Amino acid sequence: MTSRRASFDTLVVGAGPAGIAAACCAAESGARVGVLDNNPRAGGQIWRGHERSDASPDARRWFGKFTAAKIDFLPSTEVIDQLENGRLIVQSIDASSIDEVRELTYKNLILSTGARELFLPFPGWTLPNVMGAGGLQALVKCGLPIGGKKVIVAGSGPLLLAVAAHLREHGADVRLIAEQAPWHRVARFGMSLAFEKTKLAQAFAIRRQLSGVPYKTSCWPLRANGEEKLESVTLRTGDRTWQEPCDYLACGFHLVPNTELPALLRCDLRAGFVRVDQSQRTSIPNIFAAGELTSIGGVDLSILEGQIAGYGASGQSARAAQLAPQKRRLDRFAALLRETFSLRDELRSLADAETVVCRCEDVTVSRIRHHLSWRASKLHTRCGMGPCQGRICGPATEFLLGWKLDSIRPPIFAASLQSLAVAAAARTEEDLMLNEESR
Amino acid sequence: MPDVISITVNGASITVPLGTTALAAILSTGASSVRRSVSGAPRGPLCGMGVCFECRATVNHRPHSRTCETLCAPGMDIRTGDHVND
Repeated sequence: MTSRRASFDTLVVGAGPAGIAAACCAAESGARVGVLDNNPRAGGQIWRGHERSDASPDARRWFGKFTAAKIDFLPSTEVIDQLENGRLIVQSIDASSIDEVRELTYKNLILSTGARELFLPFPGWTLPNVMGAGGLQALVKCGLPIGGKKVIVAGSGPLLLAVAAHLREHGADVRLIAEQAPWHRVARFGMSLAFEKTKLAQAFAIRRQLSGVPYKTSCWPLRANGEEKLESVTLRTGDRTWQEPCDYLACGFHLVPNTELPALLRCDLRAGFVRVDQSQRTSIPNIFAAGELTSIGGVDLSILEGQIAGYGASGQSARAAQLAPQKRRLDRFAALLRETFSLRDELRSLADAETVVCRCEDVTVSRIRHHLSWRASKLHTRCGMGPCQGRICGPATEFLLGWKLDSIRPPIFAASLQSLAVAAAARTEEDLMLNEESR
Repeated sequence: MPDVISITVNGASITVPLGTTALAAILSTGASSVRRSVSGAPRGPLCGMGVCFECRATVNHRPHSRTCETLCAPGMDIRTGDHVND
């Protein structure tokens, strides 16, 4: 059994803003460029549903370039394993070609796998209709009717405001935005936007869309209440605790990078992010990283890093260097985001003994907390061993218990036995060829 | 007007606008849960972007499909949790 193959000069993993910019810039050199994404459409989370008329001018401009350039786009495709540097095994997750496995080879690789929301466990967080903030927004973009539904948006970060504005635009009755960060930090962050003309304009537009919606700082959910699904949320601010009826709780505590693939490829990480140099090069010379993998800094920084990586990976380093001053400015914005929305200690004690931490395996706090490490807890309780492979409970336990996550193992996404068989066959074929050569 | 396509969710025919994901189609029928957890609790989607696997269901007889990443196609057959063997 052999896998189908395709070869690229530059391969990009992730078709969000960073990946799209990287691919477009790399393609300018005439290189053979491929881009894959696990979504059926390009755009990533922020530009999801770009084909609608409400796309931002930036999104329209980059999508225009992306479509016009000579780039192979592989949608509904995800990397499950690496054979060796330069060779990846990918699988299709499209319903019409499900489990189809391919080998992709590259000279240079650009990782732009983005970030996911940080979800913190609290009593009731597993009830249906408690979702991520970006999660609910994504669903609405993909066709979930939200008109007239009562929604509470909670957690932390500027994403909450963007989500609330989007939901309201689609007819949701947004009752409250609960931001855990204190007012003085959020206010300072708001003032700093005055120096960023486009960000300030966006902030004013969102403010207008949200007129009349209470925005409470130092406020967070204590508990989600309901039987078969969410009925109300218990919130706290200062000494006040109260219950707010709602249909949906859209709750995310800012973002964590998707570092599973860079970890599998043995790229160095620092403080949870992929370590890169000025040209976005990782510790592996032919692998670059761009966007939220390297720091959480918003869409403008992601685009810029994508451009730098795209130029760098395709031998256009002079063009990459020209973008450095712009990047220094946006890096300061990323640092400010990190300070402003750092999580308060009270959030570590939201979960009680019976709160589920690992949603895949229904493992509760009481079962894991006496273990000393992520690995010990995995071995004894199956925490993190379900289909999400610890993508949700891993960062949560890191925050709650200070555990360091280790042991990334292929396949990094759940794969069928058939896919694994094809990957194994590709490996065996490789071994046979090596043996042949060494003889 | 957007084009619509016909699919079935747990055996019932519905029409959805082109570009709707299987997950949005399931929830548009009024359901809030997609599956039962290993201990039997109802679960709905969390991340909406293919990471958490809470939205997995059987699509065209293929179990454990991430419905948030699956676009509806004409005639698609979607079955959730308790309805897989209907």
